[in-house]
Amino acid sequence: MAFLELNNVSKGYGEGKNRTEVLRNINLHINEGEFVAIVGFTGSGKTTLVSLINGLLMPDQGEVLFKGEPITGPGHERGVIFQNYSLLPWFTVFQNVVLAVDEVFPHMSKADKEQHVKKYVEMVNLTPALEKRPAELSGGMRQRVAVARALAMNPEMLIMDEPLSALDALTRGTLQEEIIKIWDENKRTALLITNDVDEGILMADRIIPLNPGPNATLGPEFEINIERPRDKTALNSNDDFKKTRNEIIEYLMDIGTEAKTKKINNYTLPDLKPIMPGKIFKKRTEKDRLKYF
Amino acid sequence: MKTIAIKVLTFTGMRWGVPFIKLFSGEEAKTQLKEIGQTVGIPLAAIVTFLFLWSVTASQIETSLGAVPGPIQVAEQAKSLWIEHVEERAKADAFYERQEIRNAAKLAKNPAATVKIIDYTGKPTYWDQIITSLKTVFMGFVIASLIALPIGVLCGLSKNAMQAMSPIIQVFKPVSPLAWLPIVTMIVSAVYVTNDGFFEKSFIISAITVSLCSLWATLINTSLGVSSVNKDYINVARVLQLSPMKKTFKIVLPATLPLIFTGLRISLGVGWMVLIAAEMLAQNPGLGKFVWDEFQNGSSNSLARIMVAVFTVGIIGFFLDRIMVALQKAVSFDKGAVVA
Repeated sequence: MAFLELNNVSKGYGEGKNRTEVLRNINLHINEGEFVAIVGFTGSGKTTLVSLINGLLMPDQGEVLFKGEPITGPGHERGVIFQNYSLLPWFTVFQNVVLAVDEVFPHMSKADKEQHVKKYVEMVNLTPALEKRPAELSGGMRQRVAVARALAMNPEMLIMDEPLSALDALTRGTLQEEIIKIWDENKRTALLITNDVDEGILMADRIIPLNPGPNATLGPEFEINIERPRDKTALNSNDDFKKTRNEIIEYLMDIGTEAKTKKINNYTLPDLKPIMPGKIFKKRTEKDRLKYF
Repeated sequence: MKTIAIKVLTFTGMRWGVPFIKLFSGEEAKTQLKEIGQTVGIPLAAIVTFLFLWSVTASQIETSLGAVPGPIQVAEQAKSLWIEHVEERAKADAFYERQEIRNAAKLAKNPAATVKIIDYTGKPTYWDQIITSLKTVFMGFVIASLIALPIGVLCGLSKNAMQAMSPIIQVFKPVSPLAWLPIVTMIVSAVYVTNDGFFEKSFIISAITVSLCSLWATLINTSLGVSSVNKDYINVARVLQLSPMKKTFKIVLPATLPLIFTGLRISLGVGWMVLIAAEMLAQNPGLGKFVWDEFQNGSSNSLARIMVAVFTVGIIGFFLDRIMVALQKAVSFDKGAVVA
């Protein structure tokens, strides 16, 4: 039995004419301890997929199973790192993290909680910023807080929705390494949603492309068999890396162009005839003329 | 010291004071003078023009109480009101002093004697009236907030509550204080029958009228704020599985505070505005009663004294607004967002 299972999941928004099917027939199996990356274009339905897994949305059809049980809502066993950090600006770093800890470990003593929070803030190298508010932090630091918040909940599975896409390349690199290091330490199951193929290859055991929506489906999966720890600079000269990278990109390009050609619509122009005021129903009288001037 | 002063001025929305501080602390004079010219010079010129036009046109109009007073007469009356206040205070002090001496003498003669302490019963001075007005509007504001905030939060959280409240809000919002006052007067007279209560009847009537007019802004802004909390924050609450109580107090309310304070600021402004009308009719011994009494009095100074009241109301209203702006900035999480 897989750790996380999606069977024939479909999801759409809207009603009737305005209905758009975002995801269709998604089948995904993730094993315990595995790191899976899903890559796709923006707007292909990645965030919808994440919301289905973390329980913010329910599937229209099919089922989402976590350890064999259907998911009925958000849960502490699945920690989420959002794309836009989603920190609460009126709380300090400490308060943001402790809010999560309070919920997950309600019986922990105050001192233990503090210890716990500090441990995870230290893990993401933010101890000096413990008492700062999100507005005083850089984008990278904010995302670290979000990582610490998710990890402090001690989730069995970590779900990351484009966690690094808003960061500059340098910060991105460091954070990638940090996340991998943390994941490596306790081998949590992890799902990474990203639009960066390199990031997927660097971090994941398996990469699955998401075909562009509407009606997005999952593409064929690519196993990454590169030895860990992986070094970002060394990867560039690794033949395995180059090969997988090219395969994935080629696949994405192909489905991209396919989706674009499908999108060409035929517009029928409306048949218009000019209507002159007053001419069709009756002749204009002298009175009307006065009205118009 | 300098940075603190600048911070305080910026915080209270009085940025025009900043170049003065910079100038006195010896920063380049040219830029500072230019800024002073812009931020202080232009408004000052406008005020001088206004005073000039006022004094020119005022003397042209002859009323039954004499010519309409110009700025000089108004300033004179302001001064005389202050002198009256000082004199009245001196009288009161003298009264209490006499009473004390009398009582002391009585006690010296017979230690068992009961001494009476009588309050001074002179007429309230202009200063007293301002204080009464401030107390009244504050009381009304507190009542309005206590009613509007919970209902506003409720309306924001629940669509049904909003649907239920919406017609009531829409109908009562535009009603003038003058229409509320007779109703409030009758109800308060019927319900609050004690004669030695902690508050004067007229005080309660004015305060309730003020709150009836001012609570709507807070209510609407609060419900709008609560219902439009950023979806990301709500998602955080859902993912962390916060209890409804925790969600309200840790996420929804902090996110709404800026809008709540915008509402409170408007409410206080409206309350101060309708206060004069309410006090006038309820005969609450505040600025409204002062204006009414002067109007009834009909002396040659009355118009100038009423104008003093107009300026007092305006200036106090301005400062109340500044205080609210400062409060709003103090509680908002995004400090830059508040427009002064």
